[in-house]
Amino acid sequence: MKLYEGALAIGLCWALAAGSACAVDAGQPVPQIELVGSTGAKKLSDLQGKVVYIDFWASWCGPCRQSFPWMNDMQRKYGANGLQIVGINLDAKRVDADQFLSQLPAQFALAFDAKGESAKKFGVKGMPTSVLIGKDGKVLLTHQGFRDEDRKALEDMLIAAMAAKAN
Amino acid sequence: MKKAISAACVLVLAGCSSLTPPQAWEKGNLAKPGMTMGSDTLDERFVQHIYSSKENASGGYGVGGGGCGCN
Repeated sequence: MKLYEGALAIGLCWALAAGSACAVDAGQPVPQIELVGSTGAKKLSDLQGKVVYIDFWASWCGPCRQSFPWMNDMQRKYGANGLQIVGINLDAKRVDADQFLSQLPAQFALAFDAKGESAKKFGVKGMPTSVLIGKDGKVLLTHQGFRDEDRKALEDMLIAAMAAKAN
Repeated sequence: MKKAISAACVLVLAGCSSLTPPQAWEKGNLAKPGMTMGSDTLDERFVQHIYSSKENASGGYGVGGGGCGCN
C-alpha cells in the first residue's frame, strides 16, 4: 500500500509541476528580444521612445494576408509620428517567408525568428498575434487574429498610443 | 505485484501531463490543405450543409478552423 501511495504522491506533484503558459499582459514591461535579420534596429530596446507595434506572423497564416496591407498603410501614415511596426516571422523555413513577402512586400521592419524564442517570451497563443508597446516600453495591448472589424479599433489604439506622452 | 504495476501506471500517466501541445507558431504543417479532413470539396460542401441544417452549427472545418487555429 505504501508504494502505491508514494507513487500517487509523486504523480500528483509531477502533474502539478507541469508549466503553465503566461502571456504578456498590458502594463508589463516588454520582454527584451533581439531582432535577428532586421535591417533596422537589432534589439527591441533600441526602439525605446517610439510606439512599437509588433506583429508575429507566418507565411501559412491566412489573416496575415489581410494584415500586411493594413500594416503597410499604418507605417506609411504614422511613421513620421514615431510609429515603428516590426513584423517578426515565425516560419520554420525562411523560403516560405520569402515567398510570402514576394507576393505581399512589407514596408515596415522585419525580423526572422525560426525557433520561436521571441514568441515564447511574449507568450504567443494564436497566430497572428500583435503587441502594441507604448513610448515608455510598456505593453499597451495584445491582440490575436486579424479581422476586418479590427482595423478601425487597432488604428484608434495606435493613434492613442502616439498621442500619449512619453514619461 | 499488482500494486507495483498500478504504481508504475500512475507515474507514467502523471508524466504525460508534461507533454505540451504544439505552440501556436509550430502549426505550419496543420495549415496545409492536405491536412484537412475533407477529400472532395463538393462533397465536403454537401456534408457541411447537412451538418448545419441538422445541428444548427457551422464552421470548424477547413484550414483555419481545424489545424492552424488562425482567426
